[in-house]
Amino acid sequence: MKKLIAVILSVAMLFALAACGAGTIDKESTSEANENEGKSEIVTTTAQSDVSYADLKIGLICLHDENSTYDNNFIMALKEVQAELGLSDDQVLIKTNIGEDDSCLTTAEELVDEGCNVIFADSFGHETYIMQAAQENPDVQFCHATGTHAHNAGIPNFHNAFASIYEGRFLAGVAAGMKLNEMIQSGKITADQAKIGYVGAFPYAEVKSGYTSFFLGVRYIVPEVTMEVTFTNSWFDIALEREAALKLINNGCVLISQHADSEGAPKACEEKGVPNVAYNINTASIGPNTALVSSRINWAPYYKLAIEATAKGKSFDADWTGTIATGSVELLELNDKVAAEGTKEKLDEIKNRIETGDLRVYDITTFTVKGKQLDSYLADVDDDGTFTGDKEVIIDGYFHESEFRSAPYFDVQIDGITIL
Amino acid sequence: MSSNSSGKTHEPLFHIAKRNSMVWWKAWLIRGISVIVSLLVCAVIIVSLTHQNPLEVYGAMIKGSFGTNRKFWTMLQSLAILLCISLAVTPAFKMKFWNLGAEGQVLFGGLCSMVLMFMVGDRIPNVILILAMLAASILGGIIWGLIPAVFKAKWGTNESLFTLMMNYIAIQLVSFAIMIWVPSGSSVMGLVNSGTKAGWLPDLFGQKYLINILTVAVLTAVMFVYLKYSKHGYEISVVGESESTARYIGIDVKKVIIRTMILSGAICGLSGFLLVSGTNHTISKELAGGNGFTAIMVSWLAKFNPVMMILTSFIVVFLQRGAGEIATKFNLNTSLADILTGIIIFFIIGCEFFINYKIMRTNSGKEGK
Repeated sequence: MKKLIAVILSVAMLFALAACGAGTIDKESTSEANENEGKSEIVTTTAQSDVSYADLKIGLICLHDENSTYDNNFIMALKEVQAELGLSDDQVLIKTNIGEDDSCLTTAEELVDEGCNVIFADSFGHETYIMQAAQENPDVQFCHATGTHAHNAGIPNFHNAFASIYEGRFLAGVAAGMKLNEMIQSGKITADQAKIGYVGAFPYAEVKSGYTSFFLGVRYIVPEVTMEVTFTNSWFDIALEREAALKLINNGCVLISQHADSEGAPKACEEKGVPNVAYNINTASIGPNTALVSSRINWAPYYKLAIEATAKGKSFDADWTGTIATGSVELLELNDKVAAEGTKEKLDEIKNRIETGDLRVYDITTFTVKGKQLDSYLADVDDDGTFTGDKEVIIDGYFHESEFRSAPYFDVQIDGITIL
Repeated sequence: MSSNSSGKTHEPLFHIAKRNSMVWWKAWLIRGISVIVSLLVCAVIIVSLTHQNPLEVYGAMIKGSFGTNRKFWTMLQSLAILLCISLAVTPAFKMKFWNLGAEGQVLFGGLCSMVLMFMVGDRIPNVILILAMLAASILGGIIWGLIPAVFKAKWGTNESLFTLMMNYIAIQLVSFAIMIWVPSGSSVMGLVNSGTKAGWLPDLFGQKYLINILTVAVLTAVMFVYLKYSKHGYEISVVGESESTARYIGIDVKKVIIRTMILSGAICGLSGFLLVSGTNHTISKELAGGNGFTAIMVSWLAKFNPVMMILTSFIVVFLQRGAGEIATKFNLNTSLADILTGIIIFFIIGCEFFINYKIMRTNSGKEGK
């Protein structure tokens, strides 16, 4: 009996050894080839520009991995920049699934140990840990997305960045409004059935600003529209987001958008044949018949800004807001199969008006709070832990979002939106 | 199809029999072989899926724990926490009390610490604050462990379901507390008292995790002695083997259940304290990070022997840290690393079968039954 097992085991080992041996040889030759490629790329870029990236190392800390649309958006943009600047794989270290706790700090420190000169972190909860890492490692640049502290923290190597994505959301809302209009005109729904749904992650300014601007975009086209919002209390939960979308659809919402990071909601919409507006990903492959359009923060311009400044040894913005003009706020390709006729032209027109300042997303004449126009609002811009408003943000007839600080602070509950 | 083919009974070629015992070196030889085989299977998967050199991948895995001084200390810290929670669940499991609630007990213990750290952090001296947090966490853990134990002892409720549900209550309580403390709705506490460091366990010899590590080291020794040499430890084993026997020889089973769960909960609470005060200085739903469940595996693998648990928790932590390392190094999704971890642990657990049982060829001459 023992002999039999011994024979089986040794045969298994032999197989495995053979397989692994063969693999080893293959790998060596390919990795050599890769290295050569990397080198030649670096040479060409240094020839092109006066900045040398050869000694630079870049770290990225992500809360989740590629399966999260939010994190994937960061990862893909960094890979784009990597290719553009001709950086080798050894120069770009991506750490995924890093929690919003001590592991964020140790990961940042490990990246410093590995020789990273500039380190990006993508999740709101990473901020305090990144701040600490920045204070302990003054020679390394730390860039934290969605954070609220850098503008007044006074730590020279600690930076925040975000984008005026509310403008992108507004545009996506316009596309959704055009679709609603088409549905009303074709008799598919009546004007008083124009109710849309929104799956939000947390009842937090970043999300509130997002759904409000989206709603205002839709209402710019369809004045009768109302919206229901439901929260999953998680940034990434496929099952919860799916359920939330189905709940909204059951409630009679005829179009869904979301600010949560899985593909749960768009997939549910495709199943039910309900048009969907996404965030940060092109969902056309998931919902060929329902994915309408998607707004996205393109992080590439910010990566380039920070990486280039670091390479040159120059200081850069403590707090940076990307806009349509910087290429940071984008609308991903419109799905012609779903979009209403004339949407593209309308979007171009509105985009132009936003860029010239002719149209303000949070124009106070376009919304009310408890039946009244909002003439003054103190927003919690300084984020000093007291959670009280400190900055008047309504000036010249509109709410100045992402101007005093990149991270959104529009957290007003406007009329027409119902929280479930 | 419900009809059964009667008459013909198929005689299996092999049958399984319990081994009486195995010489220690043979058992370890089998364990060693199973680890090697698991690495070979992983190698096949690595090569076929990613075309990477498995030796390089394993090298990177080792670097995840031993690559730098910092990584080594981080590994020790993770090991200490997992070991601490494993020590916590051990007495209960040895007693065959299926405590699936370590996650919640740790979380609630941590929450109790955070209440003090956040609410009175800057108002009382740090030493008193830390001691109060420690006491609060242990008490919190005890309460969370005691509730299902009392129900089990008094009314015979199912402790697996009960402890499992207690986890969700703890998660909701933490969410609720954060919602109140952070009215902006972000559900993120961030570092608490980062300016004053009130309620933070201090560095020892310049190492921020050393207090955690030493605490758990001492606890491991104490638990070893408690289970092996104390009367309580003996009672736990007897209750675990057979409640009837325990009752027959005059052990108060209810008392043992409640007493043991108090101990289990207390150590979970201590883990919560170490996580809040010594490691993260924040709280979130993910404080225990699944370790409450991983600990069960660690404890069983070590056959409830606290000293062996150092090894089994090391294996788990080593694999976890290695997983993160290879994901970054080779630009792979962490899922691949999880698959490898799964395979290795599968083999390690699976080999215990061959240590405890033998497969024998069925003698066809005899009536098989």
